[in-house]
Amino acid sequence: MKGSIIIVSFFILGVILSYSDWIPQSVIENDITIYILYLLMFFVGISVGSDRTVFSAVKQQGFKIFILPIGTIIGTLAGSAITGLLYGGRSLTDCLAVASGFGYYSLSSIFITEFKGAELGTVALVSNVLREIITLLFAPLLAYYFGKLAPISSGGATTMDTTLPIITKVSGKEFIVISVFHGIIVDFSVPFLVTFFCTL
Amino acid sequence: MLTVIGIMAAGIFLGYLLRKKRLAFVPKIISLAIYALLFFLGITVGANRDIMDNLGTIGLDALVITSGAVIGSAFAALFIYKRFFKEEKK
Repeated sequence: MKGSIIIVSFFILGVILSYSDWIPQSVIENDITIYILYLLMFFVGISVGSDRTVFSAVKQQGFKIFILPIGTIIGTLAGSAITGLLYGGRSLTDCLAVASGFGYYSLSSIFITEFKGAELGTVALVSNVLREIITLLFAPLLAYYFGKLAPISSGGATTMDTTLPIITKVSGKEFIVISVFHGIIVDFSVPFLVTFFCTL
Repeated sequence: MLTVIGIMAAGIFLGYLLRKKRLAFVPKIISLAIYALLFFLGITVGANRDIMDNLGTIGLDALVITSGAVIGSAFAALFIYKRFFKEEKK
């Protein structure tokens, strides 16, 4: 949670500085975000490639462990498509692209900004920060009404770090490996699914 | 965006080669890059009057999409729990 507050503070600081015209026009025009994004993805790749949790989790749990991340992805996309269509504020592909962040707000908001502009990027940022906050606040309720896997599905891509403590507390220690593996797989799907729905 | 995925694939490969090394600096670089990205996204948003004038709508859209995402994934989790996990725990 502390990490999220720091990240969101950087965003808000940027908004305030630029809204009050303290940022020179040249900085706004010469956008270097894409290069920082390349750097980020390279190091995200290194951390994924050097992480042996994936292999040991599959060894320990068998291929059954893949069912939950797939269920999370399908459930998320179906749910957001339904509410998005009922509400009618955004197109179906916009809703699906935003939902494909699965709580990984930093990456999804930057990707969506590159494809669809900063407005939908901001929707993605707020939406995916909310997903993490909702999971942290409602994990006990989710586990009570939807079973012990529900806080993990709700946590999406965050279940290997920020929401892992609450999941461990609510669902139990036997779900730690499932939760971490789930986070890694869902996390990994974010750039692919976001790109897919943005280019449809 | 293929570039981004290609760069990530190169990172995964390098990470796999370096998996026995201590890579304590990697999470730090990731954090710094995320701070910088979000700061620059903030700058872009703050300079865009259309967005700043519609923050209420943006927040509402986000809440609607997230609610659907959380409820949809909770139902998927309930199904999977009952179908694949519950019997084995007993």
